[in-house]
Parts: sequence; C-alpha cells; structure tokens
Amino acid sequence: MARVVDTVELAAPSLALREAPRRSAAVRFLRRQPLGAAGIVLMAALLTTAILADVLATHDPVRTSSHVLVPPSAEFWLGTDNLGRDLYSRVVHGSRISLVIGLASTLLGAVLGGLIGLVSGYVGGTTDLLIQRVMDIMQALPILVLALVLAAALGPSLPNAIIAISIPIVPRAARLIRASVLAIRELAYVEAARALGVRHPRVALRHILPNTIGPFIVLITAQLGASILVEAALSFLGLGIPEPYPSWGRMLSIAAAEYAEKAPWLVIWPGLAISLAVFGTNLLGDALRDTLDPRLRGS
Amino acid sequence: MRGYVTKRLVIALVTLVGMSMVIFSLMRLAPGNIVDIIFESAGYVDQADKRLLERELGVDRPIPVQYARWVGELLHGDLGKSYRYDMRAWAIIKPRLPVTLELAGLALLFSILLGVPAGVISAARQNRPIDYVLRVLSLAGLSMPSFWLGMVIILLFVRSLGWMPSVTYVSPFDDLRANLWQFVVPALAVGYRSSALIMRITRSAMLEVMREDYIRTARAKGQRGTLVVWRHALKNASLPVITLIGIEFAFLIGGLVVTETVFNLPGVARYLVDAIQFRDYPVVQNLVMFIAIVVVLANLAVDLLYAWVDPRIKYGRA
Repeated sequence: MARVVDTVELAAPSLALREAPRRSAAVRFLRRQPLGAAGIVLMAALLTTAILADVLATHDPVRTSSHVLVPPSAEFWLGTDNLGRDLYSRVVHGSRISLVIGLASTLLGAVLGGLIGLVSGYVGGTTDLLIQRVMDIMQALPILVLALVLAAALGPSLPNAIIAISIPIVPRAARLIRASVLAIRELAYVEAARALGVRHPRVALRHILPNTIGPFIVLITAQLGASILVEAALSFLGLGIPEPYPSWGRMLSIAAAEYAEKAPWLVIWPGLAISLAVFGTNLLGDALRDTLDPRLRGS
Repeated sequence: MRGYVTKRLVIALVTLVGMSMVIFSLMRLAPGNIVDIIFESAGYVDQADKRLLERELGVDRPIPVQYARWVGELLHGDLGKSYRYDMRAWAIIKPRLPVTLELAGLALLFSILLGVPAGVISAARQNRPIDYVLRVLSLAGLSMPSFWLGMVIILLFVRSLGWMPSVTYVSPFDDLRANLWQFVVPALAVGYRSSALIMRITRSAMLEVMREDYIRTARAKGQRGTLVVWRHALKNASLPVITLIGIEFAFLIGGLVVTETVFNLPGVARYLVDAIQFRDYPVVQNLVMFIAIVVVLANLAVDLLYAWVDPRIKYGRA
C-alpha cells in the first residue's frame, strides 16, 4: 500500500520536484513511461491554453464580422467561419469549455459513483446487492445514448450538460471503488481500527477511502478523455451547451453541415483540438494505470 | 449450468424492468407533456381538441397507469406512433434496421480484423518499436471522435481523388458496389475506435498467457515461434477478447448515433437523434428501450458463451 500512495504523487510533477527522493521517483516515472510524459506535456498545454485563452486569442471568439470563410492567413491564423469569427480564437477559447465540462462532469460522476461504491462495498449484504443492480441498469445503455437522453430531458445549458455527461460515469466509478473497498476492508489495519473502537463511518471515510485513491486517479484520467468526447458529440448534435460559448463539437457540426468542402479548415482544427486533448489524457491515463495498478504491473 | 443460465436470465430481466422505469421517468422530466409539444407548433390551441388528444394518448391518467399501459404495449410488440411523421414507429424503424445492422456489422468486422492481429503482434514484440507504434496508433484511435475521423477521410478523398460517396442512401440490392463504397468510410471510422479497445485487451490477455508454462513447453519442444503465438497462445487469450467484443457491441451503437448523422445514412440511430431533436418523445422512449434490450441481450449472450466455452467458470457462484 505504501508504494501505491508513494507513486500517486507522481501525478503532480511540480510537487514531486520539491524533495530530493521524490525527484528521483519522478524521473524514474518519466523514463519508464515516455508516453506518459508526452501525455503530461499535452495536458499542460491544454491547461495553459484554457487559463491564458484571453491572452492567446487574437480576436473576440464570439464577435461576427464581414470576413466570412476566409482561408488561414496572417490576420486569421486558422481562417474564419461562416459568420466571420476567427477560428483560431474560437479553438483557443473552446479549450475552456472542453476542460471545464470534462473536469466538472468527470469529478461529479467519479465522486458520486465513488461514494456509492464505498457504501456498497463497505456495508455489503442486501444494500450491496441492490446498489449493484441499480448500477447494472445504468450501464445497460451506451454512454452517449444515456447522455443524449439526459441532455434532451434536462434541456441545453452548461450545468445540464455537465450533469448529463456525469451520470453515465457513476456506475463505472462505483464498480471500481467497490472492488478496491472489498479488498481493503479485509486488511488487518482495518480490523485493528475497528478493535480500537473506531466507528464505521470513520473507518470507511478515513481508513479505507484514502487507499482507493490510486484506482480513483486512474479512473478520472481515463474518464476525462471520454467526457470531452461525449461533450463534443452532444454539442455536435446540438444538445450540448448553447451559443454563444465556442465549443469544439459545435464548431464541427456547423462545418459538417455546409462548409466542409469550401472551408476544410473548419473541419480540421476543432477536430484536431479535441483529438489532441483526449490523446493527452489517454496517454497519461495509461501510464498512470501501468504505474498504479499492481495487477497490470510488468505486463 | 442450468442454475447459472436461470440466474443470468433473471438479472437481465430485472435490468430491463429497471431500465424501462428509468426511461419512463426521464421522459417525464422534460418540460410539458407530448400534447403540449404537439400543440406548441400549431400556434392556435383549441382546449377541447387538446383534452381529446390528451385522453386519446392517456396522458390525463395517473403516472403508474401510463407506465403500465406503455409496458403493456411494448410487450405486445407495439412501438407506438410517431407524431412527427404521423406513422407507426415500427413502420419507420423497419426499413432503417438493415442500414444500422450493415454499418454495425462492417464496423465490428473491421475492429476485429484490425484489433486482434495488432494486439497479438504488439504482445509478441513487447517493448520493441512496433509495440510502441501499435500502442500509440490504438490510443490515437481512442482519442479521435469517430465522426470527425470520417469527415477527414471523406475530405481527403474529395480533395485528392475528386471522389465523393453517394449523398443519398443506396440499397445493397440495387447497387452493391456503390453501397459498400458508401459504408466503408463510416464503418472504418467507427471500427478503428473499437479496434483500439480490442487491440489493448488482446495485448494484455496475450501477455498474460505467454507467461504460462504450457507456452514454454511448446517452445521447448521446438514449436515454431509464430505458431506458438498464433495458435497456442491466441486460443487461450481469446476469452477476454470475446467478452470485450460483446461489451463493445453496446459501445458501437453509441458510436453509430453520431456517425449515421454525419454520413447521412438513414439508420435507426440517426432516427433516434431526429426524434430527440423534434421532441418525438414516445418514439425516443421506445427506441432507447429497444437499444437497452439489444445491449442486455448481447451481454447475456456473451456471458453464456463465455460460460460454455470456458469450463473453469464456476456456474454456481458467478
């Protein structure tokens, strides 16, 4: 367990650089997982773009102009769309939407699912059985279909999009955390805590929950990419967040509808942005899983 | 074995009943009932007409009665009526089924043809350059929205070859070649994504199997390396791959939703999006239930297949 906790901190390299022993562990991680390092670079680029969007953008992402469907040029780096908006600035600002919706929905779904998994695994018995059946039901639909129906039922808005994307994550998170709780629950130190008179809620929250952090982090990294993709698909279908937010998915839907041939840049750049963002989370997620998941270590 | 089958069947049934309740409640989350939506577009509302329609559709009855009525109709194979087209839903779905099945089938075929060999090669050459290349390619497949990949491939075709697939749907019975041309790109786009998942599970299953004693035995007795990998190891690594392909089936349907829309293929998934956008909720409700049934049946089939193929599975406890 000590090793698991130890390596978790590698997820934050800045933190790892503060102390000498940590640094060697971080360097070891980067050397062993070059793809993971590439993932960190991509994620850092995405984060920087989102934070500095106002500085990096050259135009107002939502203001229309008479420069309609201009090909990429010195003035408009990636060209303009059908309403004369600068595509580069829109793609830069789109990173905020993807990151905010991706992170918020992933965290919401993972925390909710994690708590359900904790209760399910720790309490066990009939409660466990009931919760597991409910999770089965929630998993009987493909993620996108469930998110689609939820988004349609809730109506288009930023919070509703986040909720619609987070719900399909709940059963997946619950399954995962339940499995680790089942294993941790049987360890000697939990028994020791109980013998000392620590109450159940405290054992569950303070003694068991912190040790599920490894799989939890792996889950969040893996789901972040999936959430960004679902947001793109929902926005593409017109069920994501409404105008005027510049969302990568919706930029593609406008392009696909009419302008794909006349203005291929409208297809290429937003899609590339989505792919790179998701690629980064997937690279990092894979490397973290190899490091944190003892079952996969060495394979 | 019989006990195991019964148990699995009961679980599948419970899941479907639960799913029907979830879908039914979700559809009632949306503001306004179906009658409001139908009348909304008309502009002028005659209250008597409205009440008449409410009675006809049964939305003036208590919620449990409405639910019972819906499930009753479903059990009789009645998928309801589309208000947008003023047709029976089944009459709309039926001609669309072959389109979705062809796309799903081709995508599944591509994903297996690409994913399994890639996974085997990757495992056999673990940590060599080819392993890294294949792993990066598979991660890239997981990272691209399949609808975008399809758009880019079409763009490339149009730009470099001046070639364009038919904009309208061509039936395979009218012109098989044109039909296949039309389906290859979307099926590849969806299949590439699924092949990435199949490749990953094949690779890890292969790596696990390759450490087994009997593989060493096969090598020790002088069996050729390729034969050991492709025959001895792959056979035993195939179980998790089969499971994943079953689960993948559900995933694939999700991928079809957007792909059919982008490629203008008149399939069932496209119709679901249409129905959602035009708030044709009775149809949405039935289509989503239909998808849930397909997914649950696919998972059930895989569970049973798995138990049948692998005698090590303990039927009693699973």
